[in-house]
Amino acid sequence: MGKVPTDDLCARLAADLDSAFAELVVRHQQLIFGVALRVVGDEASAQDVAQDAFVRAYRSLKKYPAERVCGLRARPWLARIALNAARNHVRGLRPAAGIDELAEQPARDAGPVLIAERRDERAMWARLLAGLPSRYRLPVALRHVDGLSYAELSETLGRPVGSVKSDVHRGTALLRAAYDAEQRRLVREAV
Amino acid sequence: MNQATHSSDLGDRTVSHGLRSLRRPTPPGMLEAILERLGLGDAYVEIEGPIGPLFVAYGDHGISLVERAADPADFEHLFLATFGRPVRRVERAPTLIERVLQARVWGRAGRPVKVPLDIEHLPDFERRVLLKTLEIPRGEVRPYAWVAAEIGRPLAVRAVGNALARNPIPFVIPCHRVVRSDGRIGQYGAGGPQAKRAVLEAEGLDTSELERLPAAGVRFIGSDTTNVYCYPSCRNARRIRGAHRVPLRSAEHAHRSGFRACLVCRPVDAPFRAA
Repeated sequence: MGKVPTDDLCARLAADLDSAFAELVVRHQQLIFGVALRVVGDEASAQDVAQDAFVRAYRSLKKYPAERVCGLRARPWLARIALNAARNHVRGLRPAAGIDELAEQPARDAGPVLIAERRDERAMWARLLAGLPSRYRLPVALRHVDGLSYAELSETLGRPVGSVKSDVHRGTALLRAAYDAEQRRLVREAV
Repeated sequence: MNQATHSSDLGDRTVSHGLRSLRRPTPPGMLEAILERLGLGDAYVEIEGPIGPLFVAYGDHGISLVERAADPADFEHLFLATFGRPVRRVERAPTLIERVLQARVWGRAGRPVKVPLDIEHLPDFERRVLLKTLEIPRGEVRPYAWVAAEIGRPLAVRAVGNALARNPIPFVIPCHRVVRSDGRIGQYGAGGPQAKRAVLEAEGLDTSELERLPAAGVRFIGSDTTNVYCYPSCRNARRIRGAHRVPLRSAEHAHRSGFRACLVCRPVDAPFRAA
């Protein structure tokens, strides 16, 4: 996932930032919006934060020497900018309670029954994720929702690979346990 | 269901598949919004103007192009041809641009704001002409010769006319408020003399009065109480009561009669007859 060769784009960013920048946005906006959403919780703020992140990224690229732009790993670099922007945004606000609400918007392209099922599914996963201890929540979400690799995750969070890996594993195990408990509860209720 | 049948991998896959359903699509318009904030994209709006609707394009540096609204495709073409980049239509301009348009096009005064203009690409002379023209108050006019004198090029009267004819931002930069010294209304890039007359009338100026005085040889109005002389449309001239109004043929005539020039409109003689 996301293993597009970015080196070529980075070279073009170094050569002509203004004309190549739009492509950088198109290629990574899904990820950056996702990272922002994971932290701020609602889509409107996440959109603002994602915009801010790209504006900051542009200003940095403008200042970087060409070698640095060419050697850039765009995904973790942008993800880290987005994470910082999102944390600045929520600083001083009440903790985001919004993760459950995210599950409330139906996908646009499905019939009503399917939408209802998917919404239940999504609501459940959102609830389970929100129930994780905060230490695991973000690494698990960035790994499994937004699809960052462990190497990218390590760079994004500024922590060693081993440590983020173990957090993701522990978080995933907790999540699995919670999911199994949920399934058992559903089975009990159905009987 | 027996929990022991779950291999750890299968469970992880369930989790990662389930979590992936939380991914949300990127909201539309993100790219455009970012490019606009970075000044890499320009937008335009349609607004009401004094003589019909206008298209107003703006980017990060300010207002870049104004045209009387006709065909959007033509406007987009003109923009691309002028600036070498595309422009997209939006429903509402940002607050700052909106306030500037309200103030400049309609004279609705709020807190005065600096007018953001994208005219850096223009030659120095044209830029100075346009910035000077921006100073002419609503409801007043100045001759081409005045603009020329004010920017320190008193003989470049015709060049001022040419620069104003190419004004990329009419209505906001009020090139319609620059007229001939002989009282004739002069040419107008945004629709010819008739349109120019209509815009001035819409601003509350009596254009036939404007033409009547110079036709009778009167270029300036003096006050016999203050001994100051002005352009006839200067706000200081308009408040001189009838009995105290002194018609003057020229600045030279005014000086000889003991008048001094108004500090607000700074009247000058045209360097050539009827310029």
